[in-house]
Amino acid sequence: MTSTRPLDRFRSSGLLWPLVAIVVLLAANAVVRPSFLALRFQDGHLYGSLIDILKNGAPTMLIALGMCLVIATRGIDLSVGAVVAISGAVTCSSIVGAAEPGSAGAAFVGMGTALALCAVLGLWNGFLVAGLGMQPIIATLVLMTAGRGIAMLITDGQIITVRNPTFRTVGAGFLVLPVSILIAVAVFVLVALVTRRTALGLLIESVGINPEASRLAGLRARTIRWTVYVFAAICAGVAGLMISSNVSAADANNAGLWIEMDAILAVVIGGTSLAGGRYSLTGTLLGALIIQTLTTTVYSMGIDPKITLVFKAVVVIAVCLLQAPKVRAALLGRTRRRHAPPDPEAEPTARQGTQTPTEPLVEKVAQP
Amino acid sequence: MTTTATPAKEKGLLGTLAGGRSIPGRVVPVLATFVLFVLLFGVGAGRYDGFTSGQVVANLFIDNSFLIVLAVGMTFVIVTGGIDLSVGAVVALSTMVAAAGLGAGLPAPLVVLLVLAMGSTLGLLMGLVIHYFEIQPFIVTLAGMFLARGLCFVVGVQSISIKDPTFRSIATASLPLSANVSITWSVVIALAIVAVAGWVLHRTRFGRTAYAVGGNENSAMLMGLPVARVKVGVYVISGICSATAGLLFALYMLSGYGLHAVGMELDAIASVVIGGTLLSGGVGYVLGSLLGVLVLGVIQTLISFQGTLSSWWTKIAIGTLLLLFIVMQRVFMRRQP
Repeated sequence: MTSTRPLDRFRSSGLLWPLVAIVVLLAANAVVRPSFLALRFQDGHLYGSLIDILKNGAPTMLIALGMCLVIATRGIDLSVGAVVAISGAVTCSSIVGAAEPGSAGAAFVGMGTALALCAVLGLWNGFLVAGLGMQPIIATLVLMTAGRGIAMLITDGQIITVRNPTFRTVGAGFLVLPVSILIAVAVFVLVALVTRRTALGLLIESVGINPEASRLAGLRARTIRWTVYVFAAICAGVAGLMISSNVSAADANNAGLWIEMDAILAVVIGGTSLAGGRYSLTGTLLGALIIQTLTTTVYSMGIDPKITLVFKAVVVIAVCLLQAPKVRAALLGRTRRRHAPPDPEAEPTARQGTQTPTEPLVEKVAQP
Repeated sequence: MTTTATPAKEKGLLGTLAGGRSIPGRVVPVLATFVLFVLLFGVGAGRYDGFTSGQVVANLFIDNSFLIVLAVGMTFVIVTGGIDLSVGAVVALSTMVAAAGLGAGLPAPLVVLLVLAMGSTLGLLMGLVIHYFEIQPFIVTLAGMFLARGLCFVVGVQSISIKDPTFRSIATASLPLSANVSITWSVVIALAIVAVAGWVLHRTRFGRTAYAVGGNENSAMLMGLPVARVKVGVYVISGICSATAGLLFALYMLSGYGLHAVGMELDAIASVVIGGTLLSGGVGYVLGSLLGVLVLGVIQTLISFQGTLSSWWTKIAIGTLLLLFIVMQRVFMRRQP
């Protein structure tokens, strides 16, 4: 058993299926269109379908990262789509209203204002959830409902177009790779370092398992929950900058529409349980990539992009069923009989109550 | 969730008002909604000529008949502690199926049956997955939402107008209530559904079990109540209500389109919450949800009478009200023993 340990650990990390999914999707694309995997170097920039997937997926990746930490504390943030719209609206209206709308200064002031406002919105969500103790789905529903109205108020109901080279860099610029990818990767590395090289990740998970117990154990559970909502809102703000910069316009009605769903989907596909207490950043990243690859595949197969929603629905259900404790128990029950003597601890009957168990049954089977 | 909702006792709103000495906390939000409705209406009556005319009130019902039906279905789901995000998409799918079916020359009654069957099947599937695989309702109905919206575009990406004479005559018929007030068939259907739903939720075994499941599912199970049937049943009810609302919406717009009713699930949830139903389950009234819809309707009417106010204020107003009512619910629920 010892020799297979790294493989087992990989299996238990829950990254196997997302990876398989992405490889299958890429292979299907490569079969339909052999040029799909090709990358070319032009004017010092890298181009190709794979790069496009990364570039278009960058906003979802960022939002999913923020969402992942929120979900790890057993929360959810439905307001990110509205925050995306507000962020774009604030930046564009600030740039248009500046003395020199084309200058770098105007762009930085606009983006700074937008991100500051997003942080405030995150504080607001955190206040409702951690301060007043509301259910997260309800607390963030308030901003989800009102947020687009606020964005419309900021843009006065118009689609504001801007011409600012500095601002355009965020979403459409290149630094060998598209700048948006670099930003998303930088945030990912930063989050991974902060949560996995310090105890913060562990603390977040413990808050997700039981906020009250964590507080009694001496954790600042409230501050931690508050922080993850602020972080999620800032991530959504940066994603909003990317989206509006990519089209050089702020569309309060449609920017980031349904992106909260994509982000939640990415987190769930990546193996993070919606019950909180356990999360995977790499899984989330893979989840976001799967969604973007799926969308791109539908495009490249020549199907109407609106039908993507059907494919997404099928994926969500399939992934949820695979993660469902009952299905897992059934599948694992079979493997266990084949490979190892029955382990009383891994019996599904050991669970109590109807709450979804946060610990995967796989781990118990995998480790000898 | 640490707050334990007390299972609602079989005591109607009127019963508590007439017989009870103190008003229980869970009725206060409904009363508050009613007071809010009267206040908002009073503001309108004070500021604008013609606001108090009977037709303005009738229009509240005419323009929101589909939302009333949606909110009624949503009440059942939320009372059991679940949530249904798919309702807006099912409304769109229903308009699409109805329009396409009528366009293909199917008779109107068959189309209605087809749409209702589709809605209840979708609800049944979601309910089964939620209950038997123990997946959160939120994520299952989210998938249902994606599926229904996607299916809309499978049926067709363009808007399809409804030319069927039966549908058109039902849509344009007006039922005079008095000399200058008239309503449509949609209002009659919506109010009939409110009455039936109120009876089912407050007066039958099914309704009592729904409250018990919302109060504490484990206890309900240990008491030997048919938890599975009720938990799946509420999603079927919500599916049928969404399909009916879709038919009413098709009558209202006389067209089917995949982007109809975007975000309507939020309006439905907001109405239910403003109507005093507790999102953690166990407490709620069908009448409250009707009042919740009317409050949203009055806000919209106020904004359209004002004319200068932009329509996005509606969204901000709904968000603010949502917040107010959730905070109020917490305050009143905490005071209860």
